[in-house]
Amino acid sequence: MNIVVCVKYVPDATADQRFESDNTVDRVAVDGLLSELDEYAVEQALQIAEKNEGSEVTAVCIGPAQAEAAVRKALQMGADKGIHVLDDAIAGSDAVATSLILAEAVKKAGPADIVVTGMASTDGGMSVVPAMLAERLGLPQVTFASVVETQGDQIRAKRDGDTATEIIGATLPVVLSVTDQTGEARYPSFKGIMAAKKKPVETVSLGDLGIDAGQVGLSVAWTAVEDTTARPPRTAGEIVTDADGSGASALAGFLASKKFI
Amino acid sequence: MAEILVLVDHVDGNVRKTTNELLTIARRLGEPSAVYIGSGDAPADALKKFGAEKVYVVDDADIKGYLVAPKAEALAQLVEKTAPGAVLISSSAEGKEIAGRLAIKTNSGVITDAVDVQAGPVTTQSVFGGAYTVQAKVTQGTPIITVKPNAAAPEEVAGAGAVEAFAATISDAAKGAQIVNSQPRQSTGRPELTEAAIVVAGGRGTGGDFSAVDALADSLGAAVGASRAAVDSGWKPHAFQVGQTGKTVSPQLYVAAGISGAIQHRAGMQTSKTIVAINKDEEAPIFELVDFGVVGDLHTVLPALTAEITSRKG
Repeated sequence: MNIVVCVKYVPDATADQRFESDNTVDRVAVDGLLSELDEYAVEQALQIAEKNEGSEVTAVCIGPAQAEAAVRKALQMGADKGIHVLDDAIAGSDAVATSLILAEAVKKAGPADIVVTGMASTDGGMSVVPAMLAERLGLPQVTFASVVETQGDQIRAKRDGDTATEIIGATLPVVLSVTDQTGEARYPSFKGIMAAKKKPVETVSLGDLGIDAGQVGLSVAWTAVEDTTARPPRTAGEIVTDADGSGASALAGFLASKKFI
Repeated sequence: MAEILVLVDHVDGNVRKTTNELLTIARRLGEPSAVYIGSGDAPADALKKFGAEKVYVVDDADIKGYLVAPKAEALAQLVEKTAPGAVLISSSAEGKEIAGRLAIKTNSGVITDAVDVQAGPVTTQSVFGGAYTVQAKVTQGTPIITVKPNAAAPEEVAGAGAVEAFAATISDAAKGAQIVNSQPRQSTGRPELTEAAIVVAGGRGTGGDFSAVDALADSLGAAVGASRAAVDSGWKPHAFQVGQTGKTVSPQLYVAAGISGAIQHRAGMQTSKTIVAINKDEEAPIFELVDFGVVGDLHTVLPALTAEITSRKG
């Protein structure tokens, strides 16, 4: 099976995330890493590959030079090869443009049986790219899967929606997005880390993918961020220590003052 | 004035509260037209009560068993026909996916998770776990905007509610992902987590015993939530999870009981209007967010609070 897993390099959520002067996310000066939610995608890609002998897993990533770290991490976990789309013209691309680049990069990895993604990125967090990718590739989408099963060319997934839990079925090829409920992602082993150094990562430009640079990037994005404002720090609240049962009545007093009770 | 399409979020014809919020927002932008994709009689009365001038009805008999893509296709055809000023969709997983596909189909920009939408339309989103707010707009095609629950207080304004059937043509390609089985979520008798005005959430500090959390929630008419730690421990199903990989909530009051307040959790509740926390650990990061905090054992504080609330109610 030819499995492609899309991975994103994101600013570390525990570090200071911030915007640049052009209102794009600072992806260069801030420490980054493979998005945690994409680790689950890599894990599911590897599990499907392990069940289907002769499978190959390609990790695809779009981003600045540092973003190769996300591909390397996927290779350390066990993916076979990587494609890194690197082009200055990409900076500031919105979800629509990202899905265009990703679709072409996925095609470059050969006709995929399954394209696996995470449920969302940990930075933008829109959750729309998997559906857009399915739309662009003309593939069925099996998304927000919390449990995944494949058998031959059939895939079944559990999807926990707002109002119902559904079982989704489709015939490969598909775009599959997985949630953090699919199970712990493996840690790279020492052997895996060593092996990853020898695995090929192809760096490609927009031109290599047949994409006109004028179709992507900040200046042609179909959405524009007008303004960004750091949230004012919450004014320090009142903290009481619950000595001899006074905590509950103090809290009740606060809730009453706010008219909640 | 331009039509504003509002995709009706409903369960078997029962309109969800978020739709009323979308109709209220649509009125700021133009003339609200509800789009009902479903079977049977459209809930036109419920929709016109909140200002729907038109109700487009797409019979879903042929597409109900398939995931997302057919709805996006139907909506795209309606966008082509009506040339609306904007399309508003609830910010659920499905809503966002419909929006994403619709954007590609109609060559339009898409904005998700708006917490406010004003004339323009200019949207407001909360990003980086609530650390920043962002104002944005769509600059290409038809603005497609998904809106979070509680982004507006629903206003009752009578609309004409003229019902118009719309026959969408659904391609076979859109029927690739089939819904083989669907189990409606069992009603807990409590408000839906993302819609609730008050949420009481429990975490690791409950030690797996949610009875005090549940009881407090019921005394306040609140929804119950849980941290990822509590869900991972199997104490509550994933549907209760508040945080980056669970639900994002923005209630009037959020009560965090035994939740330390990791960044991933904060991302799901930081925009709550009022936050209170009960935690044994005075160093817990959740206390940085609170309007009122109690350093103490939730197993004694919550029952005492519940009793006090019950007695105040008389």
